[in-house]
Amino acid sequence: MRIDPAKCVACGNCTYVCPMGAIYIDPAIKRATVNRDECVECYACYNGLSQEHLNPTLVRTMRRVFQMMRLRFDPEPDVCPTAAFAPEDLVWPRVVRRAFSDPRVPHESTGVEGRGTEEVKTNDISGRVKVGEVGFTIEFGRPGVGVWFREIQEMAWVLARAGVAFEKKNPITSLMSDVSSGTIREDILNEKVLSAILEIKVPVARTEEVIRLVWDVEKRLETVVALGVGTRCDADGEERTVAPILEQLGYKLERAKTNTGLGRITNAAPVS
Amino acid sequence: MTNTLHRYGDAASFHDDYVVFAICSRGKNDEDSVPKLRRFLEMALPFQPVNLGDARHGGALRPSKSMHPTSHWKREAKPDFQAVIDGLDTPTTAAAVFDNRVAAEDFVKSVKAADLGLSVNISTSIDGAEQCCHAAGICRHSVGYSLGFEGKTGHLPNEDVLKLSTMCGHGMVSASFAKKMVDWVKEGRRTPAEAVTYLARFCSCGVFNPARAKRILEDARTRTK
Repeated sequence: MRIDPAKCVACGNCTYVCPMGAIYIDPAIKRATVNRDECVECYACYNGLSQEHLNPTLVRTMRRVFQMMRLRFDPEPDVCPTAAFAPEDLVWPRVVRRAFSDPRVPHESTGVEGRGTEEVKTNDISGRVKVGEVGFTIEFGRPGVGVWFREIQEMAWVLARAGVAFEKKNPITSLMSDVSSGTIREDILNEKVLSAILEIKVPVARTEEVIRLVWDVEKRLETVVALGVGTRCDADGEERTVAPILEQLGYKLERAKTNTGLGRITNAAPVS
Repeated sequence: MTNTLHRYGDAASFHDDYVVFAICSRGKNDEDSVPKLRRFLEMALPFQPVNLGDARHGGALRPSKSMHPTSHWKREAKPDFQAVIDGLDTPTTAAAVFDNRVAAEDFVKSVKAADLGLSVNISTSIDGAEQCCHAAGICRHSVGYSLGFEGKTGHLPNEDVLKLSTMCGHGMVSASFAKKMVDWVKEGRRTPAEAVTYLARFCSCGVFNPARAKRILEDARTRTK
């Protein structure tokens, strides 16, 4: 993303709405400027701000007059008054930033928007996590911190060494040059994204082991990690297996996503 | 997409936060899914949702790409649910957000009766979802627990800001903007209801809960830390 200096009036609204804090008013040019290293191409500024199309010269003049008079004016905080944002044509590898950070762009590998994962949301259809199994979503960077692929790789290496298999239909897995070792392709390691999710599945008996591995690696990362743990319920709808393990590890379980099991396969069978 | 899973707060803080969403699976039940997803959203209307949305186009309050200068004084702040329903044009995730359990329960009951064939999930406190399922006569199929945030949590903002900003799980509601809205409410520059409309427009899939956000902003107004 770039901001057109000919249009920007340095109102500062965009500096607040950037999830990465990557927009600042450059005192040298008195215009909003994007820190390209930190920008994750999430398009929150472009998609989220309403846009006016005011004359930039007029707005700058008014702002200068108000400033001289020490008057505080009260613009709407979610508006770019001059529609100054100018999306760029992104090329590889920078395009990866947008694929993981702009939730409106579906991933090629899964067709799912956002981070591209289905977790247990469609487990009633996919049967991905079976009885006796636990599906982990290990999410990096959220909320508002971001993550570099080189950090994700550190976690992936450790999990791979432990013999854990990565979900095939996951956007990060599709960017691994060697899935067996968890190695991510080199040309994207220095790309930063808003968040990304590693997905794995293990037998219930390995739940504690995986969590302890995650605890160990996350200490070395400069980002935040959000763990999601998905599992099948018993035939009566109760879940008596995984929750006790998590609670024993010190987690207080507050929130969950519950699959109601109402889904069913409705597509016509392919003609053979 | 774990966009509703990791909302920040304890179980009690989700008493007015029930997200029910429908999703189809590529190659399994995505054929003719668009009318079903629209039907899912339409079915929510009688139960007075506080937001509706789809993951491709956003929620019931959206930004404008061509604001007129005078529109600042008469800005639309009412959610446009019909626009969400009419705008859903591709297989995606459709979500309905409720501010009370009874409405969520009744909605889930009607969704079950409609037998759309879509995967339907409830995202709220664990007990809240269990009660919804129980009321609808549903045995839970699977559950995905949130274990919260770990690692370098020193990077995270304070609790009120975190509760607001994590209501867009895609991270489109920035912590700085949520903090600014808390500050503006404290200063009396905007009411919580006004601040909520600014925040909600950034949520790109419509799962932001304006009712909960308003309560959080009201609470934050008088908080000392």
